[in-house]
Amino acid sequence: MSLGGLTIAVPRGALLGDTLDLLDRLGADTAEVRANDRKLLFEDAGLVTMRPSDVPTYVEAGAADLGVTGKDVLAEHPERDVYELLDLGFGPCRMVFATVAGEDRAAEALRRLGVMRVATKYPRIAAAFFERTGRQAEIVEVKGSVELAPLTGLVHGIVDLTATGTTLRENGLVIREEIAASTARLIANPVAHKLKAAAIDDVVARIRDRGA
Amino acid sequence: MIHPIPSGTRDVLPDEMRELRAITEGIRGVFSGRGYGELATPALEHEDVLVRGDAAAADAAYRLFDERGKVLVLRSDMTIPIARVVATRYPAAETPLRFCYFAHAYRSVQPQRGQPREMLQAGVELIGAPGPEGTAEALIVLCEALEAAGLENWRIGLGDASLYPRLLDRIGVPDGARAQILHELVTRDYVGLEREVERFGAPELLELPERRGGTEVLGAPETVQLAAVHALLPEAVAGRVIFDLGLTRSLGYYTGAVFEVYDAALGTPIGGGGRYDDLLGRFGRELPACGWALDVERLHAARVGEGG
Repeated sequence: MSLGGLTIAVPRGALLGDTLDLLDRLGADTAEVRANDRKLLFEDAGLVTMRPSDVPTYVEAGAADLGVTGKDVLAEHPERDVYELLDLGFGPCRMVFATVAGEDRAAEALRRLGVMRVATKYPRIAAAFFERTGRQAEIVEVKGSVELAPLTGLVHGIVDLTATGTTLRENGLVIREEIAASTARLIANPVAHKLKAAAIDDVVARIRDRGA
Repeated sequence: MIHPIPSGTRDVLPDEMRELRAITEGIRGVFSGRGYGELATPALEHEDVLVRGDAAAADAAYRLFDERGKVLVLRSDMTIPIARVVATRYPAAETPLRFCYFAHAYRSVQPQRGQPREMLQAGVELIGAPGPEGTAEALIVLCEALEAAGLENWRIGLGDASLYPRLLDRIGVPDGARAQILHELVTRDYVGLEREVERFGAPELLELPERRGGTEVLGAPETVQLAAVHALLPEAVAGRVIFDLGLTRSLGYYTGAVFEVYDAALGTPIGGGGRYDDLLGRFGRELPACGWALDVERLHAARVGEGG
């Protein structure tokens, strides 16, 4: 049974468990999602699963009424026309600037070359951060493991999301600066926000009441 | 041979054109029946004309130089060109003036988003008719136009651009904090809004913009104007209205009531408009005004989505 007739975009990956727990507490049926990690569309439960970075795309277009995704995704795509309704509190992580341990190669590049090269999956957040702090940076967008980029000499540093810092440490990288903190957010399609106002407000009120 | 056209632009072939025409002819019948005279203005305007209307509208995506080096821009909506027409061609005409148009407007796009650079708008401007009567007339004509376009399950979100600034006045929020608060509201970030208004200890700052629904959401002193508009609407129109106290529109010239058209078959608004009582004055003829535009291609998509 779906929640008030709403379609909800659920992020696979690190946020999946907490999102399903939240949906359980709201009375949605998540058993099929938990049992099946290949299926993507769960029509009876009103749930669709996808990468967190795709959630705003589906919600903005109205393919889902509500969605759960990280603040990092929303910050990277501020042009997406969605309502950001609630900070769900789970999935805490930090957007950081990291370089290879030891002498800070990025600082040296900045001093001697006037510009540093930085790899990231978040080119807009990274560019805005270095612009805000008055440093010249060439942003290199990569899709896969960002940690590899400074180890091979592709770049002097990286901007990436980290929860525990373990992956960075294991690859010999150290955090030099913290850019922003991120948690999971509940977002809504702007048309559904009006046409399904009662159902959406009910979900928001129940999450607030439980302090979830 | 395949010859590409710019991304965000499109050719309209006869099958689609026939359906678009059915929609625009239906709307045109409503406009003429209501006494709105159709006009056309050039797609290219002098940059300084658009800047005079609204700094954001002058942030036009397509600009070029003419033979003398003057900057020309492709219009991003029809409201500012019509304000120019009224000041220039109707400097002393009796009001209200009623104009309608079917015209293309041009916007910039972000890559890979499927956004149009060029869109066909059908709209009206009612000039010299103050609120609430003028606003009510605009909403009535809007509903008749949507009906004539063959749409069924549409609703109108109705808000007020001046509502939240007046609430900030009443609470006594200092000037320094207002810009950031309004930014969170306009970007629809209620998490950010909650963070920014927390220190003022006024729960209304968060609760009021979240209110959507029927007349039961009215009541705060800032909603008197909306209630006055509602009182003038016939049942068929009032039944389509969803009050939305947090509604904002991206263009900066709105001064009072603002509205958007929604259809369950489409995830984005089909059109919208509102009151712009200061805009005409910037062109030299102080007149209250109200207008709206429908995106004809989205209207068509919603109709197809409804199965029509």
